[in-house]
Amino acid sequence: MFKTLLATTALALGLAGAALADDEKTKVGFVYVGPVNDGGWTQGHDHGRKMLEEHFGDTVETVFVENVPEGPDAERVMTQMALTGTDLIFTTSFGFMDPTINVAEKFPDVKFEHATGYKTADNVGTYSARFYEGRAIQGHIAGKMTKSNIVGYIASVPIPEVVRGINSAYIHAQKVNPDVEFKVIWIFEWMNPAKEADAAKALIEQGADVILQHTDSTAPLAAAQEAGGVIGFGQASDMYEYAPSPRVSSIIDNWAPYYIARTQAVMDGTWESAMTWDGISTGMVGIGEITDAVPADVKAEAEAMRDEIAAGTYHPFTGPLNKQDGTPWLAEGEVADDGTLAGMSFFVEGLTGDIPQ
Amino acid sequence: MITLIKRPQPSKLWTFATPVLAVAITMVLGGLLFALMGKDPFEAIRTIFWDPLFHEQFAAYSRPQLLVKAGPLILIAIGLSLGFKAGIWNIGAEGQYIMGALAGAATGLALYPMDAWFIFPLMVIAGALGGFLWAMIPALLKTRFNTNEILVSLMLVYVAEQLLASASLSWLRNPEGNGFPGSRNLSKIEAMSNPELFAGTGVHWGVVAALAAVIAAYVLINKHMLGFQIKLSGESSRAAGFAGVNSARLILFCLGTAGALAGLAGLFEVTGPAGQVSIDFNAGYGFTAIIVAFLGRLHPIGILFAGLLLALTFIGGELAQFMLGLPSASIQVFQGMLLMTLLAMDIFVNYRVVWTSREVAQ
Amino acid sequence: MNFGGIDPVILLASLMVASTPILLAALGEMVVEKSGVLNLGVEGMMITGAVCGFIASVESGSPLVGFIAAAAGGALLAMLFALLTQVFQSTQVPSGLALTLVGVGLASFLGQNYVGVKSPLTTKMPIPLLEDIPVLGPILFRHDAMVYFSLFAVVVVWAVLKFTRAGLILRAVGENHTAAHALGYKVRRVRVLAIGFGGAMAGLGGAYISLIRVPQWTDGITAGIGWIALAIVVFASWKAPRVLIGAYLFGGITVLQLNLQAAGAKVPVELLSMSPFLATIVVLVVISARSKGAAGGPAMLGRIFQAR
Repeated sequence: MFKTLLATTALALGLAGAALADDEKTKVGFVYVGPVNDGGWTQGHDHGRKMLEEHFGDTVETVFVENVPEGPDAERVMTQMALTGTDLIFTTSFGFMDPTINVAEKFPDVKFEHATGYKTADNVGTYSARFYEGRAIQGHIAGKMTKSNIVGYIASVPIPEVVRGINSAYIHAQKVNPDVEFKVIWIFEWMNPAKEADAAKALIEQGADVILQHTDSTAPLAAAQEAGGVIGFGQASDMYEYAPSPRVSSIIDNWAPYYIARTQAVMDGTWESAMTWDGISTGMVGIGEITDAVPADVKAEAEAMRDEIAAGTYHPFTGPLNKQDGTPWLAEGEVADDGTLAGMSFFVEGLTGDIPQ
Repeated sequence: MITLIKRPQPSKLWTFATPVLAVAITMVLGGLLFALMGKDPFEAIRTIFWDPLFHEQFAAYSRPQLLVKAGPLILIAIGLSLGFKAGIWNIGAEGQYIMGALAGAATGLALYPMDAWFIFPLMVIAGALGGFLWAMIPALLKTRFNTNEILVSLMLVYVAEQLLASASLSWLRNPEGNGFPGSRNLSKIEAMSNPELFAGTGVHWGVVAALAAVIAAYVLINKHMLGFQIKLSGESSRAAGFAGVNSARLILFCLGTAGALAGLAGLFEVTGPAGQVSIDFNAGYGFTAIIVAFLGRLHPIGILFAGLLLALTFIGGELAQFMLGLPSASIQVFQGMLLMTLLAMDIFVNYRVVWTSREVAQ
Repeated sequence: MNFGGIDPVILLASLMVASTPILLAALGEMVVEKSGVLNLGVEGMMITGAVCGFIASVESGSPLVGFIAAAAGGALLAMLFALLTQVFQSTQVPSGLALTLVGVGLASFLGQNYVGVKSPLTTKMPIPLLEDIPVLGPILFRHDAMVYFSLFAVVVVWAVLKFTRAGLILRAVGENHTAAHALGYKVRRVRVLAIGFGGAMAGLGGAYISLIRVPQWTDGITAGIGWIALAIVVFASWKAPRVLIGAYLFGGITVLQLNLQAAGAKVPVELLSMSPFLATIVVLVVISARSKGAAGGPAMLGRIFQAR
């Protein structure tokens, strides 16, 4: 009985939302897990929001709520956004997946886009970036540049995206430098500047002269600068203030083109649920300028790889590749399928250590 | 000259008047703050305090949400208030909340995919027990060794947070979760979910429990011997000793009740609004409930209103963020100011403020 | 010397850096608690110090100015707590929580335009001659000025509490405020000063994170370190030298955990992370069991002083 009642209210609420949505401006909402000035993930999305406003000018209105915990509050924030006539809502953290699906059920006329998740519905699309493409380039540079043959990797939370990044970087470092060794530290947070600084220092002390990071603060770059003779890469934003060295390149989250395209689709009435997974080719993954701290030939190779990936002529996960325990994964010339990549929870052969379980 | 004269008994009038005054003063101070940020202060205050209740577009939704948000806060705060009244300082409700959720979720998931009517009740018991046992650690240490319960209960919050992290990364991790941390979504499993009981009201079992706790606490404090003992201990532990109050039993009771209620709150959240065990599952409810307890003057009815008021500032704060573009930090400062003003006004409850002109005094 | 890729000399040196923010904040809080006041707002004061220090340092170009501003910012925020608890007689536990709410919110406000800005770097200040001592030199004498300052502060706080009249008065106020009042000591004034000192030290600790250890400004940069400082005061059973040990132990466990991971060891991260808190509880139990009845801390901790 409760279920029928629920459905009825849901319908009523949904209609209310739809009734409000038909004013002239397209209203786009954003739900953020962190503060807009975190200097990392959330700031990247908020930059995309600002670009969106700039692009459309007066025809689009954007709203956002920051610091929404991935718990009981998320669903309420989304519902209220939908109720106030928002046409399109981007929820930008993995933990918002189930709440997004729940709220979307109640508002069939509002479009939802959930970042980094895997559940969709008629009015829920997902989007994510192929950051591993950027990692391949970083791995190449790291393998060429390291003198100690030790590359430090600051990993955040053990989820497929992070595992993919480690694998991609390792494969390409190892390809150009068979002696390379990866030391991985998991800090179990996306952003904790103090811990990132400590992790970077620990890696440098243990001989790493290249630091790769999947965490969002500039602390590892600052540690690299202080140590001297160590290079690193910008993450999430360009972190160009540390160029030309220690920051020799970067992976930039660039959501603006996607946000603009999807908003345009809503305006045109052509929006459809999709699982978008874009990389360098559409610009969702930006590769920051490779500085002159990198030798010209390495830079040229890295840029060539970037262009091949963008053109679709090279895939970072191309066989032959074995899993960590030696079992074959991809045969010669075989390319990994998106399904395996999306749920990747194993290391490739050559990496040491375990993924925390 | 201003002189403070201690009242023999807290003033009844001021006890009721100060919360209202504090809200009014905070509105003025908050308005100034918002004006300083270049926002219309009246619009901001209206969005936070009025719109969630009466706005025609969304009040129908946000009004019941007040109950959802306030439910756990009230449930935890009621438990805490008993201890605070008796001078027993449990500030680790956050940890007890986590342990309740973990114990309850673990019990349910251990039986997965069984489907039986008794699973949810079993989880409720496990949740209460989880919080209770976690609170028994500071309680027993206090009665046995006279160890400071403020500090022990606080330390246990961090221990609980680590257990939560390990639960979502390993032992309660959803095996079908595509490699992501976090448990199965309990609210989607019929036998384990804590749904809205009456559509559109926001009332789930946690809200029912909170209201029951308010009534029970009211009866206990006003009609029961134990309530008298609690009040007596808070006013003077020596007097309580002479009156034959068994302080060890009181400590066990107050901490145990607080723990059990916090554990229940955790269980109802993890099976309902939150849905799953995840690394960031605890959104600070245990600490916010301390604020609720004090805003409510440690009185059951007061806590009911304080919980609703704080929930209002949360929900109104979210509205203010996306309707007016107020940063979330300003809402936090606003809540802090509210608590500070109220605490500062405690002085009128406990003291008579007398103005004496210099001439008279000489 | 080298254990599985970990050089203990380097480990100890970086442990000192990682522990300095906790040490500074805990030392301040210890003095506050010695005066009989429990201020749970350390996290709020730390992050306010972190942002004030960062802004002042960026604007002036001088880390020294930054640290002075951080101390001032922390102390100023602490005065809000002093106003509540010492003038308005409010209960200390919720007042401290309110202080953290306000502090964290305020810091986020103030720092809005400083995300992604680079602060001037603090240079290391190796101590001539001493830095060349084998083993000890690299561990102890090649740090920045704030590390030395924090060690110096431990000695000063210890000496002042133990040997001076001011220290005696502070302890007397914390042990029995009624008696101290009867002896003519200004209980409130002493406590306000202690609270201010605690705020200044917490501010310095916060600024150490935003100016030296990281260095950058982002929201929430102190990430709960203020709460750990509270634990250390207890762990140290309110003794300055033990605060030093406690801070280095807590900081040490974090650094060691990361180093072990880098060295490829299988690390039970959660177990290691919760161990300092379990240790603190054990210490607390031991001291309260040994002192038979007394709670272990200053007797008036958290109690409200009523002059009349």
